[in-house]
Amino acid sequence: MYRIIEKKKLTPESVFLRVEAPRIARRRRAGQFVILRIDETGERFPLTIVDSDPEEGTITLVAQEVGTSTKKLGRLKEGDSILDVTGPLGHPTEAENWGRVACLAGGIGVAEVLPVVKEIRAAGNFTQAIIGARNQDLVILEDELREAANELYITTDDGSYGRHGLVTEVLHDLINDGAIPDRVYAIGPLPMMRAVADLTRPYDIPTIVSLNALMVDGTGMCGSCRVTVGGETKFTCVDGPDFDGHQVDFEELGKRQKIYIPQEKCSLERFELSASGANVKE
Amino acid sequence: MAEQRPEERIHNSNEVPYGFTPEQAQLEAERCLQCKNAPCMKGCPVEVDIPAFIQLIKEGDFSGAARKLKETNSLPAVCGRVCPQEDQCEEVCVLGIKGDPVAIGTLERFAADWEMEHPADSSSSLPAQEKAKVAVIGAGPAGLTAAADLARFGYRVTIFEALHQPGGVLSYGIPEFRLPKKIVNLEVKNVTNMGVDLQLNQVAGSTITIDELFQDGFRAIFIGTGAGLPRFMGIPGENLNGVYSANEYLTRVNLMKAYLFPEYDTPVIMGKKVCVIGGGNVAMDSARTALRLGAEEVTIVYRRTRKEAPARAEEIHHAGEEGVIFKFLTLPIRYLEDDAGWVIGMEALEMELGEPDESGRRRPLPIEGSEFMIDCDLVVVAIGNSPNPLLPRATPGLKLGWKGIIETDHETGRTSLPGIFAGGDIATGAATVIEAMGAGKRAARGIDNYLMSKSE
Ligand SMILES: Cc1cc2nc3c(=O)[nH]c(=O)nc-3n(C[C@H](O)[C@H](O)[C@H](O)COP(=O)(O)OP(=O)(O)OC[C@H]3O[C@@H](n4cnc5c(N)ncnc54)[C@H](O)[C@@H]3O)c2cc1C
Ligand SMILES: Cc1cc2nc3c(=O)[nH]c(=O)nc-3n(C[C@H](O)[C@H](O)[C@H](O)COP(=O)(O)OP(=O)(O)OC[C@H]3O[C@@H](n4cnc5c(N)ncnc54)[C@H](O)[C@@H]3O)c2cc1C
Ligand code: SF4
Ligand code: FES
Repeated sequence: MYRIIEKKKLTPESVFLRVEAPRIARRRRAGQFVILRIDETGERFPLTIVDSDPEEGTITLVAQEVGTSTKKLGRLKEGDSILDVTGPLGHPTEAENWGRVACLAGGIGVAEVLPVVKEIRAAGNFTQAIIGARNQDLVILEDELREAANELYITTDDGSYGRHGLVTEVLHDLINDGAIPDRVYAIGPLPMMRAVADLTRPYDIPTIVSLNALMVDGTGMCGSCRVTVGGETKFTCVDGPDFDGHQVDFEELGKRQKIYIPQEKCSLERFELSASGANVKE
Repeated sequence: MAEQRPEERIHNSNEVPYGFTPEQAQLEAERCLQCKNAPCMKGCPVEVDIPAFIQLIKEGDFSGAARKLKETNSLPAVCGRVCPQEDQCEEVCVLGIKGDPVAIGTLERFAADWEMEHPADSSSSLPAQEKAKVAVIGAGPAGLTAAADLARFGYRVTIFEALHQPGGVLSYGIPEFRLPKKIVNLEVKNVTNMGVDLQLNQVAGSTITIDELFQDGFRAIFIGTGAGLPRFMGIPGENLNGVYSANEYLTRVNLMKAYLFPEYDTPVIMGKKVCVIGGGNVAMDSARTALRLGAEEVTIVYRRTRKEAPARAEEIHHAGEEGVIFKFLTLPIRYLEDDAGWVIGMEALEMELGEPDESGRRRPLPIEGSEFMIDCDLVVVAIGNSPNPLLPRATPGLKLGWKGIIETDHETGRTSLPGIFAGGDIATGAATVIEAMGAGKRAARGIDNYLMSKSE
């Protein structure tokens, strides 16, 4: 059992957790993830390890509450335990001294990019974090990123905070101003990662994307997470999650992410019904 | 043996054969000739004392029979169900020359089940476990067997298992209707009751490395990580929605209990017209699972014929009885999709058999111009699994062979690295439960000899 020792809401729809997992805390590196199973009837699902404290034996997770599993997670309290946490899984993010690296993140990807920015900066790079949210209330981990990156740019879709627009527009301007990054890292919703890859392709800027394929085991055993990269089938969990963004078949991945939409809806309705039923009883 | 009728059983996940009643078991045991040279035992990879346990059943000492089985076989209730006895002990049984061999597998299942339902107050006493610490990686049949034997020898054993459930393929692969998970859990419990420490969610090579294990004081390591990497054919459309590897399909259903969705959170696509590619046990299990999930039509697509199919005869027979359609001499060459990326069918080629290949089976050859279409809305690719590369990749110096198997000495399980032993599917490629157990047993002896010689 993996005990939650700290929990806080970052926004109405995302949650920050510190969880006891000493072995994982000791071994994890930036870009790696864990697979969780909340309870006996739960599914196995992946979350990025945002941070860890090897001394204390804890890892930090940040989840956007989008469906049954993440909402179940969001309902747990400090002192509660998660039934299963497995990891660290996936290859760590590569970090060499390339010079100037732009790290773009959207939505919950902002939490996932934090360890990557730290790692890439520690390798000697000048790091520009460019993060986006739908509106000001959904901007998360701003202070942490401001400290981690050399420069921080914030955008919101509605202009309520930072620059009005998309993270790709910031990157576009940087490139136009002649400040072409030596490398780009992008993590977030598929359309965003795809847009970043499309933007950097003409300039031949090496662009790494961290893919969020649907997973089951996370150890290379099922193939649920397969993606096509450079015409070859890869398993995101063991070959990734980081891949060359210019080689990824985003179209296929986008379709694969939609496989279970009717079931996800059914599951969530059932969960919310039982959860609200429990509230009535209280 | 009595079985659930096909029309009924495709609507539930209960076991198909009912097993013997005590009367039936004793009657069957009477048939055994108690051969002095017991050819049946030589057909058994773990050398179960077959005449002795059958004699005890005959005498009505059922728990004695179970104890006799467990002297050499830590998982008799599993083996009684899934071993290919027709190729092993029963194949060489003397009675089989003229008529039916003794139903050794069914008797084994009977004794083991009887023991589970009537647990003895305190089973055999164990030696104190005060010898060295030994780590076992993977809680499949190979790892569980090695762990049980090492505990018996007096070693302090810890099993590290990557998944949240022990059992390996027994838990995630073989379906409930062939091997109830209750049975697997009870047999695993017998192993942990021997003092073996089972740690789940531990991915060796990642959560913990081989070096760390040695640093933590483990004096020897057994690797039994299986052949868990699903193979695909590499044909166009294999990543379409609605194309599963058998591993994913069976894992969703068995390990994650997707057949109970939405009570359980893991979903699985329930196809109406399902095609399963392959001719082994895994293909039969997938096809029969699809029927139980409500498919209207399930077709096995296999490039050779029934005769070459590696599945157990019993499984092909059961699948046929249940209404699975067989399309032999057929090779898929690409999958077709609709606008949303879902599979709607496949293009296939007809095959004919040519000269024997390296496996001794006649090689299937495509017939030119024989392309045709098969409609389907779900495909399960069951063309085999390769050794899981995760741990070997993380362990420099470990010598690998054909298709990434770990090279071992057959008798001792020794690998190219000192103190590291391996066995089961990771060392042979996908094989059988009992062969994995045999390898676990030999490696336990190998480890014992290695540690004894070191302490001298
Ligand atoms: C390597 C990896 C790391 C991840 N790290 C994080 C993280 O740190 N924080 C976080 O909040 N999420 C992360 N995700 C995504 C997370 O795993 C999914 O959001 C989660 O599984 C959804 O489960 P659910 O039952 O709550 O929602 P579901 O009911 O399964 O899905 C609800 C909605 O979310 C969409 N969705 C589901 N899974 C994914 C996915 N993998 N990618 C994109 N959309 C998805 C569905 O299409 C659906 O519309 C990561 C995914 C991967 C593969
Ligand atoms: C669907 C199906 C049906 C089958 N039917 C039959 C049958 O009827 N009869 C028969 O005899 N055989 C059958 N087999 C074959 C048989 O199940 C295998 O040969 C046998 O399970 C191999 O045992 P093993 O212990 O070597 O590996 P596995 O059973 O594969 O167990 C390996 C274990 O190691 C774990 N592991 C892997 N990597 C790591 C790691 N890095 N760290 C920690 N743990 C790890 C895995 O999670 C797994 O639990 C079938 C196989 C399948 C897939
Ligand atoms: S070979 Fe057959 S008859 Fe002879 S001992 Fe074995 S089971 Fe009995
Ligand atoms: S999640 Fe199963 S292989 Fe990647």
